Amino acid sequence: MTTPAPAIETRALTKIYGSGNTEVVAMRDVSLAIGKGQVVALLGPSGAGKSTLLTAIGLINPPTFGSISIGGLPVMEGDSALVDVRSFRRRYIGYVFQKANLIPFLTALENVQLALEINDEPPRKARRRAMELLEYLGVGDRMKNLPHMLSGGQQQRVAVARALANSPSIVLADEPTAALDSVRGRQVMELFRKVAHDQGAGVLVVTHDHRALDVFDEILEMEDGALRQHDQNDADPDRRAS
Amino acid sequence: MNLALRDIRHNLARFSLTTAGVGMLLMIVMGMGGIYRGLIEDAVLLVNKIDADIWVVQQGTRGPFAEISRIQRNLEDRLLTVPGVQSARAFVWHTVQRDHGGKPLRMVVNGLSWPQDKGEWLPLVAGRPLGAAHYEMVADKLLGLQLGDSLTLGKDVYSVVGLTQGMIGQGGDGLAFFTVSDALAIQFDTSPESVRLERSARKMRAVRDDIGKVQPALLDKADLPAHRLPAVSRPMISAVLVKAAPGADPAGVAELISGWQDVSVHSSDEQRELLLKGTVDRARRQIGLFTALLVIISAIIMALILYTLTLDKTRDIAMLKLMGARNSVILALILQQAVLLGGLGYVLAYFLGQWIFPYFPRRVIITDEDLFRLGIIVIAISVLSSALGVWKAMKIQPNEVLS
Ligand SMILES: Nc1ncnc2c1ncn2[C@@H]1O[C@H](COP(=O)(O)OP(=O)(O)OP(=O)(O)O)[C@@H](O)[C@H]1O
Ligand SMILES: [Mg+2]
Repeated sequence: MTTPAPAIETRALTKIYGSGNTEVVAMRDVSLAIGKGQVVALLGPSGAGKSTLLTAIGLINPPTFGSISIGGLPVMEGDSALVDVRSFRRRYIGYVFQKANLIPFLTALENVQLALEINDEPPRKARRRAMELLEYLGVGDRMKNLPHMLSGGQQQRVAVARALANSPSIVLADEPTAALDSVRGRQVMELFRKVAHDQGAGVLVVTHDHRALDVFDEILEMEDGALRQHDQNDADPDRRAS
Repeated sequence: MNLALRDIRHNLARFSLTTAGVGMLLMIVMGMGGIYRGLIEDAVLLVNKIDADIWVVQQGTRGPFAEISRIQRNLEDRLLTVPGVQSARAFVWHTVQRDHGGKPLRMVVNGLSWPQDKGEWLPLVAGRPLGAAHYEMVADKLLGLQLGDSLTLGKDVYSVVGLTQGMIGQGGDGLAFFTVSDALAIQFDTSPESVRLERSARKMRAVRDDIGKVQPALLDKADLPAHRLPAVSRPMISAVLVKAAPGADPAGVAELISGWQDVSVHSSDEQRELLLKGTVDRARRQIGLFTALLVIISAIIMALILYTLTLDKTRDIAMLKLMGARNSVILALILQQAVLLGGLGYVLAYFLGQWIFPYFPRRVIITDEDLFRLGIIVIAISVLSSALGVWKAMKIQPNEVLS
């Protein structure tokens, strides 16, 4: 059996903001590989460079040095893209952020449907798939509502549905459960795991929620821009206390 | 999925208000164009309606519309003797401002050559043309007079027997039509005292002069009314309108008359030209420039509105980019709103104009051609003015979602 190409692979990713006196090294020499079907947590204190890593992999914020491959395809080399990032994002990448960032003038259903239509899905098919997803995420009864009529948690679940709509090869989530209660938060994490396992997507989730860590296949930790081995006892105050 | 419409639906109140504003602005642009057309139309209306081939006016002048023109009334008879002349009518034209019902009434007094010309050619909306040699008038609606109203001008009382619409002098005042003799009576109205003074002055001149001694009989007549003195000239008229006989060449007839030393001759086309070039031209250019400025201002305002609308959607546009939406999706969002804003504003402008323009003191003529042209301009400025918004949208980075 040949080892399949990982969903996400980075090599020596470094991001430097500014220059001279104001230079900030937000991320240094980050090399990682996340396999298809794997769901990985990324921990680390504030300012450690987690969002920087995520946005680099997501082709939103190019690294200064290093390379990124997605599904075995090199997509970034230093700060230059090797693919059309817009169409690559559209087809292969799903994002969830701390804030839902739904389009305020579209209903929940339309927000999800839009993601599919942007990816050239015919409207009726897009609509059906969007409904299924919202139903599945437990916001089926609110799909005709505009975002401002939904609670923070409901909005976040719509955002998750939107991220998963096109069955992306990789899902990147930056503190997706910060606005959710622990039950809903865990539900979302479990959904990610399901997406990873069922669709063979690589999922990378930045989280501060240590109670849901058991959902993940692997746990990474960042500090001062660098990746380091996760130490169960060190990083998990809840477990240490018990 | 149409994003432009959904965004508008969500911000309906704001979009409606903005559209109303743009609509009113465009209505003013439309109105300016209409005033411009009205000015031209009004200026040439009378010349068109009168439908004379040749205008015979005072030597060296450009006729009553441009300046004071005075010619002898007997010119009418002289002209009738010219071969190729079918009719010659006296024409009197002067402006008076009198009080009527406590308000100033400004009108252009127009004398018709009774009985050949009773004013049948006037665009009457009520009543009838002149039916008597004296004391009747046809007034334009603009003057605010009603059928049957009576109006004291000079020593006489005139009653309104007909009403016209749209008969306006180049100064914007309404026209009133009288017989030539009434028009002259109004123009040369003198008080009894000044008549008495003039008669005695006439007698004094005759006494002092040789002629009084050589022809004593004249002395007896000197203080009689002017119309009983063949030696005293009758009041002068403004112009004589000549119509060439069928088959006669108006240019040839004009050529013939222009040989006379005491008159100048203009064709109807020249009169029209004179009106447009002379009196109306500056107003016309002024309005033209003002309209151009308004179009530019509308474009700038629309650009700012569209830019602000785009700015408000920065996050959403960043999100769309992050989701991988093509630029065409974002372009469509902005352009569709721009065209919708311009288009709805235009429609609103049209209906507002239809409602408001009739109340304007001067005629506002909206021609289909002007409407079409403004439509094209509106679409063009909608598209052009969205350039600023589009430029902004294209610069938005997907990671602005995160900020
Ligand atoms: N646009 C920027 N310009 C300059 N420095 C930046 C910029 N964005 C991030 N940084 C710096 O890079 C470092 C890493 O930031 P990053 O947002 O990746 O941290 P994080 O691990 O996501 O933190 P948090 O848990 O608070 O979200 C920080 O020191 C931050 O100040
Ligand atoms: Mg972060």
